[in-house]
Amino acid sequence: MKINSPLEAYKFLPATNCGECGEQTCMAFASHLIDRSHKLTDCTPILEPKFKKKYEELDALLAPEIREVLIGVGENVAKIGGDDVLYRHKLTFFNQTQLAYDVWDTMDEKDLVERVNHIQNFKKFYVGDFLTVDMVAVRCTSNDPAKFGAAVKKVVETTDMPIILCSFDPAVLKAGLEASKGRNPLLYAANKDNWKEVGELALEYDVPVTLFAPNDLDLLKSMAKTFEAMGTEKLVLDPGTFPTGKQLKQTFTNFIKVRRAGIDGDREIAYPIMAVPFTAWMAHDDPVSASYWETVVASVFTIKYGDIMILHSTEPYAMLPELHIRDTIYTDPRKPVTVDPGMYKVGEPTADSPVLFTTNFALTYYTVESDLASNKIDCFLWAIDTDGIGVEAAVAGGQLTAAKIKKGIDESGFDLKKDTTHNAIVIPGLCARLQGDIEDETGANVMVGPADSGRLPGWMEKNWPPQKK
Amino acid sequence: MTKKMKLSQLSDMLQDLDVESLEGVTIEGDIELNISGGGGLNPALAYALGSEISQISLHMANIGRMLGFPAEQLFASAFGMGEMPQPETLPTSPKIQELLASKFEVAKVDNWKNPIQEVTLGATSGDGGSRKSTVTLGGENALPYYFDAEMPHRNYVTMDVFDMPIGMAKSVKGNYEDVINDPAEWAKKVVREFNADMVTIHLISTDPLINDTSAKEAAKVVEDVLQAVDVPIVIGGSGNPEKDPEVLEKAAEVAEGERVLLASASLNLDYERIAKAAMDYGHVVLSWTQLEINAQKELNRKLMKQCNVPRDRIIMDPTTAALGYGLDYAYTNMERIRLAGLMGDDELTFPMSSGTTNAWGAREAWMVSSPLKQDSDWGPREYRGPIWEIVTGLSLSLAGNDMFMMMHPTSVQVLKEITQTLYGSIESEEIDITNWIGAEV
Repeated sequence: MKINSPLEAYKFLPATNCGECGEQTCMAFASHLIDRSHKLTDCTPILEPKFKKKYEELDALLAPEIREVLIGVGENVAKIGGDDVLYRHKLTFFNQTQLAYDVWDTMDEKDLVERVNHIQNFKKFYVGDFLTVDMVAVRCTSNDPAKFGAAVKKVVETTDMPIILCSFDPAVLKAGLEASKGRNPLLYAANKDNWKEVGELALEYDVPVTLFAPNDLDLLKSMAKTFEAMGTEKLVLDPGTFPTGKQLKQTFTNFIKVRRAGIDGDREIAYPIMAVPFTAWMAHDDPVSASYWETVVASVFTIKYGDIMILHSTEPYAMLPELHIRDTIYTDPRKPVTVDPGMYKVGEPTADSPVLFTTNFALTYYTVESDLASNKIDCFLWAIDTDGIGVEAAVAGGQLTAAKIKKGIDESGFDLKKDTTHNAIVIPGLCARLQGDIEDETGANVMVGPADSGRLPGWMEKNWPPQKK
Repeated sequence: MTKKMKLSQLSDMLQDLDVESLEGVTIEGDIELNISGGGGLNPALAYALGSEISQISLHMANIGRMLGFPAEQLFASAFGMGEMPQPETLPTSPKIQELLASKFEVAKVDNWKNPIQEVTLGATSGDGGSRKSTVTLGGENALPYYFDAEMPHRNYVTMDVFDMPIGMAKSVKGNYEDVINDPAEWAKKVVREFNADMVTIHLISTDPLINDTSAKEAAKVVEDVLQAVDVPIVIGGSGNPEKDPEVLEKAAEVAEGERVLLASASLNLDYERIAKAAMDYGHVVLSWTQLEINAQKELNRKLMKQCNVPRDRIIMDPTTAALGYGLDYAYTNMERIRLAGLMGDDELTFPMSSGTTNAWGAREAWMVSSPLKQDSDWGPREYRGPIWEIVTGLSLSLAGNDMFMMMHPTSVQVLKEITQTLYGSIESEEIDITNWIGAEV
């Protein structure tokens, strides 16, 4: 983005405060353009012909520094790139790193289909939703265009996920393109030897293409410049991912340099970057070490600017951390992550089980929940809506009050008197001062728990079940 | 009067016309070609004349084409050249035959002007202690491993030892069952077998809610550990804010001169007592806050201004959340702290430490399988746990963390290898990846 203040964006808007975009004023809309929570096309008046020039100017000013590239079609389209900052707390990173897992054309058909299914079906519940992986990369290991075409065809039949066609042989890539027509696959890759032919294929089939220049940033930039002159900006840059030693250090440096140059305004190299942690398998013989190092390299380049990556290990111990670190880095650090307010069951609680609450700040909630679950304490746990603020701060700031707690309990449909035998609530030690108020509001027996949910197990041993009064 | 012009002059003039400058050119009046001499031209002259005229007509045709007239078609129909290959039409997309030259350049960051404070842990006999080696943290002038400035010190790992048996994930426990009742042997084991750079002795039995071990007894354990190993040590309390000041004071006393790291001073306990103990007996203070940059500034400021702790005796612990359990905040918090430090916030220019062992709190690290039926199979937990600790630590190392408190031997080994690889001190065989696509794996 070439501008960073709402005022700069405001100058281009109609300034009528018409409200069509859902904001009260054009200024408010402008500030959402800057934080990228609204799109310029949400402003319908500016799309009118008389504003054409302003629209185009503002659109160019708002375009992200790193170009956005689309792979795949329809609901499964994957977006990569589109970033504006080097440090996520300044704005957030957009378009999560896309994780592609490989299949190869010398696999037998049954294994290939099974592997594709494993990749597309893998899922892990996390903060209210499932984490999944994104793509299949088809590697040509046969050097046979017909064989490659057949494998690509099989993959296309088995999954709607976006695909990457991997070969340095233009004839092989062409066969892959024919077998995946209409699916907008990513071509991998043009290099210093085949760039003319692969470039022509990319233009002919109108698909995005990866440029591969291992550890040679001059060549990489020169290829990007050439492809742009040939007529395409749908480019992904692969500066080479070397898996070990000083070569890996150099790879790290290359990634930082390419992204910094792009964000600093060098348009010739402002494209999404690809990492290939797969190469860890070229350095380690035993599959556990190879998987571990692949995950380690993937983590480094999820954090440092890899927009898309090709991986091999489909072991859960590799995929789970890869999914989690990706989610971690692409969480918007400016907004607290929340869970839906409401009553949750931990384990298999009965009417005799304890009843507790915490806030709907995801970190607090999941900490408390895991402290309870890992100690096998079956209980009822409310997440009270505090706008995603932790207990201590919410008490101080007034987001957690007896009235709010009462409201949260009532809205969850849980009735303390009917649904428990004890009519008691255990409250977090950090809101001990609300004890009396909560008693008044709810009519329950309020017990003050420990300040840290890590101490709940010991506390439960001493204090639960509550003594009959 | 009409100016006369030779044919060759006209031809030259037209030849010299730059096509791009033709915009706005007008051709006025008639062009009269007066070829004198009748039919008796000598063949050489006729050929020369023919050549000139053809040249002119070509230029004229070009002008016609630029004006939008399909001159090629006229030529083709006039001379029956329909079958001839057409010359290149409008030059919109010439085939590029060579890569366009471009040189990659990128600037170094110019606003990282404040180096991170160097802090040394451990004291050798020359400095009044009994450690064989010391560890120096900090000194960075850039984000970790960045090319902007040399990173003076690598990352270090201190491994956890407890003064009593504790609950541990199964794959961690397997490594310590033989030493779990003997902190000194435990300490020896992590240094000798697991390559720990330092040892952290956690005096958790002192917690009144656990064993309420007295400060004096706890100090004895510290003495044992100091005798058992010759690397620098970290002394941790139980985390009980009432008891910790007393425990750490006593521990600081018996460790006098060893320049240990006292863990921790925090805003919710009497940090002045801990700071004083560090000053009195020559130690370093761990300034611990919970995921809040302003609280970290406040505590550091209090330690410096109110307790007179010198800058080279403070390390920060801004709190580590496990991968999937708040690491997004921990990462951002650390990265912001480090960037602020490098850019000149001198309340934040201190080395950082991470309780990376917290990663074992994540259920993905220790649980046998997912409690959720809809989840895909999680696979064997003995492989999941260590990678959880590695990825947690690795992320924070990239955010600027200098020292890791860790637990699992495999995690320690892999984390040390990747951080030292990025630091630049790991040699390994070069790997040719130019044809990785065809690799048989």
